[in-house]
Amino acid sequence: MTVQESSSRRRIEDLMRENEDRLVDRWVEISNAPLRGRVVDSDVRRELRDLLRALLRSSESPDGGADLRGLLADLSRTRARQGFTPGETALAVFTLKEAVYELVEADGGEEVLHGYISLSRTIDELGLYTFEAYTAAREKIIADQTEQLLELSTPVVKLWDGIVAVPLVGTLDSARTQVVMEKLLQTLVDTGSEYAVIDITGVPAVDTQVAQHLLKTVMAARLMGAHCIISGIRPQIAHTIVTLGIEFGDIVTKATLADALAFALRQSGVEVVNRRRTRVSVRAEEA
Amino acid sequence: MEQLSITSNDDVVIVRQKVRAHAIDLGLSLVDQTKVVTAASELARNTLVHAGGGQACIEVVQNGMRRGLRLVFSDNGPGISDLDLALTDGWSSGGGLGLGLSGSRRLVDEFTLDSDPGRGTVVTVTKWTR
Ligand SMILES: Nc1ncnc2c1ncn2[C@@H]1O[C@H](COP(=O)(O)OP(=O)(O)OP(=O)(O)O)[C@@H](O)[C@H]1O
Ligand SMILES: [Mg+2]
Repeated sequence: MTVQESSSRRRIEDLMRENEDRLVDRWVEISNAPLRGRVVDSDVRRELRDLLRALLRSSESPDGGADLRGLLADLSRTRARQGFTPGETALAVFTLKEAVYELVEADGGEEVLHGYISLSRTIDELGLYTFEAYTAAREKIIADQTEQLLELSTPVVKLWDGIVAVPLVGTLDSARTQVVMEKLLQTLVDTGSEYAVIDITGVPAVDTQVAQHLLKTVMAARLMGAHCIISGIRPQIAHTIVTLGIEFGDIVTKATLADALAFALRQSGVEVVNRRRTRVSVRAEEA
Repeated sequence: MEQLSITSNDDVVIVRQKVRAHAIDLGLSLVDQTKVVTAASELARNTLVHAGGGQACIEVVQNGMRRGLRLVFSDNGPGISDLDLALTDGWSSGGGLGLGLSGSRRLVDEFTLDSDPGRGTVVTVTKWTR
């Protein structure tokens, strides 16, 4: 920045400082107009006032820019989470130009106009920065959701005292199977369960990779002193497993989850009996 | 005819889904659908894991009254120097079960394995309607 440039820049920033309230009011008004009530005015007012102050501070101190960038990143993050587009988010910054221009016009001085050009350039940079921050925030959100989905789609449920089950649904890739395996083993420890049922009714295909993951899980559970039962092997899956040549060895497999539960109950000494309906007829005493 | 590139695990999932959709369209039985989808899964993953990626081609073919699904997996990877060994049940150069290639051969009706060590590998499989 030349000496002349920085003095005109100082001039416009002074003007902005003097008119802070009015400027923030207009900025909020202009930037909220296209959002039509999707934001709370008072929140936006606070955000934009802080931004403005940080912007005005940033030219005073050498590291003032860090503060400003931090605020912009926060703004981008909240807007990304609230479902705003990156364009709408950047617009919040760009509209500052329009609000400031009204001040410039009212002042009418040439020096302020020069300062406005320099300020404009800075605002452009800040607007682009929100774009980048927005994208980074979106990616973080998506990564978090993917992780949550992994967790969500693999619940380990307790069927009975000492018997837990994990119903697998959908495609089993390495990442998911890893999560399932860890969660199942952890649940065995936490609940002190001796039986684990892995139900694959919802798995569309079992290939060597899935089989290997299943086998490893069963082996790990065994090392911990637990027994694994694989249930829900549908006919087409059974055919395919056999044709592929995968051997489940001495692993107990059952057709349905119910069969697996009955087996585990029997093994752990719980007896399940059908309660016979006994009809007690009481004859009324003759009066 | 559908051409898909295989460069990640997600692509393997996509190949599997497309093959299943074609198998259903063709009217393959549920057992045959599952078999051809599983074979596709094995071969696509071999392309990814052993050759660092490649291509899958899905095509519906006709032979007289019968229609079939033909899948071609090709790559420019290291190739396979001993085809018999690679097709041996339980043999794996990595930590696999070593059943992908030999098992796939049993899951389909026609199976050809072409490989030029140092140049790449092409596996072509066909499953016919009954
Ligand atoms: N496209 C390929 N390029 C190079 N080598 C291959 C290719 N496909 C298979 N191979 C070789 O053939 C071997 C056997 O393949 P196969 O699919 O039967 O077993 P695997 O992939 O090692 O284990 P898995 O049972 O999990 O599939 C592999 O270990 C690998 O060395
Ligand atoms: Mg393989």
